[in-house]
Amino acid sequence: MITQIVEHASEHGEAVQQAAEHAAEHGESGVGFIMHHIMAHPVIKLPTVYGIDLSVTNHVLWMWIVSALLILGFYVAFRKPKLVPHGLANALESLVVFIRDDVIMPNLGHEARAYAPYLLTAFFFIMLCNLAGLVPYGATATGNIGVTATLALFTFFVVQIAGVRKHGFLGYLSTFSPPGIPFLLKFIMIPVEVISMITKHFALAIRLFANMIAGHITILALLSVIFLFKNWLVSPFPLAIILFSAILEVLISLIQAYVFTILSAVFISASVAEGH
Amino acid sequence: MNPTAIAYLAAGFGSAAVTFSAAFGISKLASAAISGIARQPEAAGDIRGAMIITAAMIEGVALLSVVICLLLGFK
Repeated sequence: MITQIVEHASEHGEAVQQAAEHAAEHGESGVGFIMHHIMAHPVIKLPTVYGIDLSVTNHVLWMWIVSALLILGFYVAFRKPKLVPHGLANALESLVVFIRDDVIMPNLGHEARAYAPYLLTAFFFIMLCNLAGLVPYGATATGNIGVTATLALFTFFVVQIAGVRKHGFLGYLSTFSPPGIPFLLKFIMIPVEVISMITKHFALAIRLFANMIAGHITILALLSVIFLFKNWLVSPFPLAIILFSAILEVLISLIQAYVFTILSAVFISASVAEGH
Repeated sequence: MNPTAIAYLAAGFGSAAVTFSAAFGISKLASAAISGIARQPEAAGDIRGAMIITAAMIEGVALLSVVICLLLGFK
């Protein structure tokens, strides 16, 4: 009986696979359509050097555009700083002050000055990268695991450097073994501390990547419903939900940049914290 | 049984489990935070900050599983 069910399921699975392959050949598969939009594809072809493809992908291109926009925007806004800013300078200053006073200062206190530049740069870069995926022809660079892993590695190194700067090298290493615990417990506690140091930053990379990619997959999957029905009469219903998802995506873009910044600040403050 | 069929099945069941557990975690967190704010409205800012950090932790674990489900479903 069970073998019959399993055989039936396996035949069914093959049929599904064949149907999917058939659909993919004719360009009707939602999966192929979605993967094409969320994966990086080269814009400028460059040669492969030592096994590393140096082609400029759309994600790299959009990171350059975002960096240029940030440099240009801040340069133009604060070229002649005024006591009471208006226009672009006002908008940027309100964001900077919000991040400084509500995110960095409560976590880092009097150390805030040293780490505010990194955290603010990360915030603005991530925010604009997230939002870049929502403009036509745009691509979300933070929807690429390589980009988010690099950003998380930056935070990882900043956390290590902050700890070493505060406690000295040996002093920083000794924070991995909390004082006042029995000797035998140290064999458990030290590996746990080391693993948690790595996992925290791994989660930082995965969180941003998955949030960005999930929003785009939702929108594209809803969009492919129109193509699955092959009838333009159904299009208003997916479009209404897509509009809602897109607005939600704007909110998520801002929240994820905020979350990345606040978690980086929390990790740095945990690293520079005085022992009890 | 066909490996592709098992992968699709695992992705479906996996996403269901992820949704269930993430919703459970977030709902517990939100109910505690809202009752905290209702009792002490002056601490709303601090509670909101702590809530967002904790929500991000729950979400991080959930999204890690979502990525695994996506890999199962798309490969």
